[in-house]
Amino acid sequence: MTADALVDAAPVNAPAAALRMRSARLAYGSRVLWDGLDLDIRPGEFLAVLGPNGSGKTSMLRVLLGQQPLSAGTVTIAGHAPGKANHKLGYIPQQRAIDANLTLRARDLVGLGLDGHRWGLGLRGRAERRRKVDAVLAEVGASDYADHPVGLLSGGEQQRLRVAQALVGDPELLLCDEPLLSLDLAHQRVVSDLIDARRRTAGTAVLFVTHEINPVLPLVDRVLYLVNGRFRIGPPDEVMTSENLSELYRTPVDVLRVRGQIVVVGAHQEAHHCPEPTAEVRP
Amino acid sequence: MSDYISTTLLLLPFVGTALVAAAVLGVLAGVLGPLIVTRNMAFSVHGTSELALTGGAAALLAGINVGYGSLIGAVVAAVILGLLTRKVSEHDSVIGAVLAFGLGVGVLLLSFYEGNSANKFGLLIGQIASVDPGSLVLLVSAAVGVLVVLAFIYRPLLFASVDAEVAAARGVPLRVLSPVFAVLVGVATALGVQTVGSLLVLSLMITPAAAASRVTASPLVATVLSIVFAELAVLGGIVLSLVPGKPVSAFVTAISFLIYLVCRLVGVLRARRIGSGRGMASAHLAVGAGTP
Repeated sequence: MTADALVDAAPVNAPAAALRMRSARLAYGSRVLWDGLDLDIRPGEFLAVLGPNGSGKTSMLRVLLGQQPLSAGTVTIAGHAPGKANHKLGYIPQQRAIDANLTLRARDLVGLGLDGHRWGLGLRGRAERRRKVDAVLAEVGASDYADHPVGLLSGGEQQRLRVAQALVGDPELLLCDEPLLSLDLAHQRVVSDLIDARRRTAGTAVLFVTHEINPVLPLVDRVLYLVNGRFRIGPPDEVMTSENLSELYRTPVDVLRVRGQIVVVGAHQEAHHCPEPTAEVRP
Repeated sequence: MSDYISTTLLLLPFVGTALVAAAVLGVLAGVLGPLIVTRNMAFSVHGTSELALTGGAAALLAGINVGYGSLIGAVVAAVILGLLTRKVSEHDSVIGAVLAFGLGVGVLLLSFYEGNSANKFGLLIGQIASVDPGSLVLLVSAAVGVLVVLAFIYRPLLFASVDAEVAAARGVPLRVLSPVFAVLVGVATALGVQTVGSLLVLSLMITPAAAASRVTASPLVATVLSIVFAELAVLGGIVLSLVPGKPVSAFVTAISFLIYLVCRLVGVLRARRIGSGRGMASAHLAVGAGTP
C-alpha cells in the first residue's frame, strides 16, 4: 500500500492516474471477489494482476471495459467512467486461432484498432491512417507480413499484431488479458518487451492479467494479488512472500526465488503454473 | 446470335427494367456478401429468403404487391432470428426451426391462391421479367437505404465481425450491430427473392463473396470483386436466358458457381505461393484450415 500513499502525496500537477479505483467492491450474490480495493495506476506503470482462477481477474477487466458494473465504490479510467472512454484503452486478448480463410490482412487487423470503433466509412485521412498503421507494424516487427492474410500467420505473429492493434490508437491504459498464454518462450519475450518498450517511451499504463508472473517479472512495478476476496498490492518483492501468500491462501505456501524466478510451492500447479492452494475447498 | 439478343432487347421493354433491377441487386449482394460470409450467416440468409417467400405468398393471397410482402416477411424473419438467437451455438438450430415452420406456412398460403400459377412458381425460382417500373422504384429506394445504413455502420460492423472480443473492448456496440445488419440482409434478401427467387438467393448473396474471399484477403478488394462477380452472374444470367427462354435462375447460379470454382482453384495456387514465400510447409496451411 506504500506505493498508493506515494501517489496520493504526489504534487497536484503530476499526470492524472490512468486508472483509479476507490473502495471498489465486486460481488456476485454472496460471493465477494474483492472489496475495499483502492488502486491507482500511474502513467507508465506496469501492474500485474495475479491470482487463481475465479479470483476476479477477468471480472476486473470486464469492470474496466464497462461490461460489468461495480457492486460498490468507484472506478475512473483516464478521468472517465468505465465504458465511456473505451477508445482510450488498448486491449490485448489471449492468443487464439483465427480462421485460415478470414478475409483480413495483417494491416487490416491493426487498422481496426485505430478507427474500427468509428462510424462511417472514414474515406478522409486514409494516407494518415496508412502512415500510422505502417509505423506501428514496423514498431512490432510485422512489416514483412503486413499484407498477408491473418489466418495464415503463426500464433506468435498474430499476437504481435494484437499488440500493434492495441498500440496504434495511442492508448492511455493498456489492458492485457493473459496475452502470453499459448505462446512459446521466444514469443512471450517478444510480446512482453513490446509492451514494456511502449510504456517506457509513451508513458502508457499497463494492467497485465496473468497466471504466471515470471515471464514479466523484470517489467512489473507492482503486483495486485487476488485470492478468494483477499488481496495484496505492492512491488513483487513485498507481495510475493511466503508469509503474504500463506495469509492470502489461508494455507502454508512457500515462495522461493530460483535463478531470478519466483516459484510458489504449496499451491498445486495448474496449467500455466496457476498457484491455487491444494487444501482449498469451495463452500 | 448477338444480333438476335440485341433485337430481343429492343423488342422487349421489360428486359431493360429487368437489367436495371438486376444491376442494383448485384451491387447490394456484392457489398453485403463479404460481411455475410465473414459472419458465417449463409444459412441465416437462406432462412430469411424462405420467410420472404412466406411474406410474398401472403401478399399474393391478399392481392397486394408481392414485393412489399416479401420485404415484410424477410425483415420480420431477420428480427425473429435475431431475438431467438442469443448464443452462437444455437444459431443453426434456431434458423432450422423457424425456417421449416415459415416455409410450411408459405406452402399453405400458396395452396389457397387461385390465380395464375406462374406467380407461385415465380416466388420460388424468380421472375425478373415481372419487375415493373413501380417495383423498380421500391427496389432502388430500398437498395439505397441499405447502402446508406451500411456505409454508416461499416467499420464497427467489420470490426465486430472479424474480432468481436476486441471490438467490444474498444466500445463497439455488438448488441446493436447484429440486429441492424440482420435487417439489412433481410431487406436485400427480399429484393433478391423478386429476381432470382427465394430458393436461389444464395447464389447472389453468398457465392460471389465466397469466391472473392478465396482470392484476396483485403476486405476492400473482396467487396469490389464480389460486386463484379455478382453483376457478371446476374446480368450474364439474364442475357443468356433470353435466347433459350429458360429460367433466369439456372443461368445465374451456373455462372456464379463457375466463378466460385475458378476462384477456389486460384485460391489453392495463392495459398501455395504465400506458404512457400514464407518458407512454411503447406502442412501449416492444412493445420490452419482445420481450426474453427
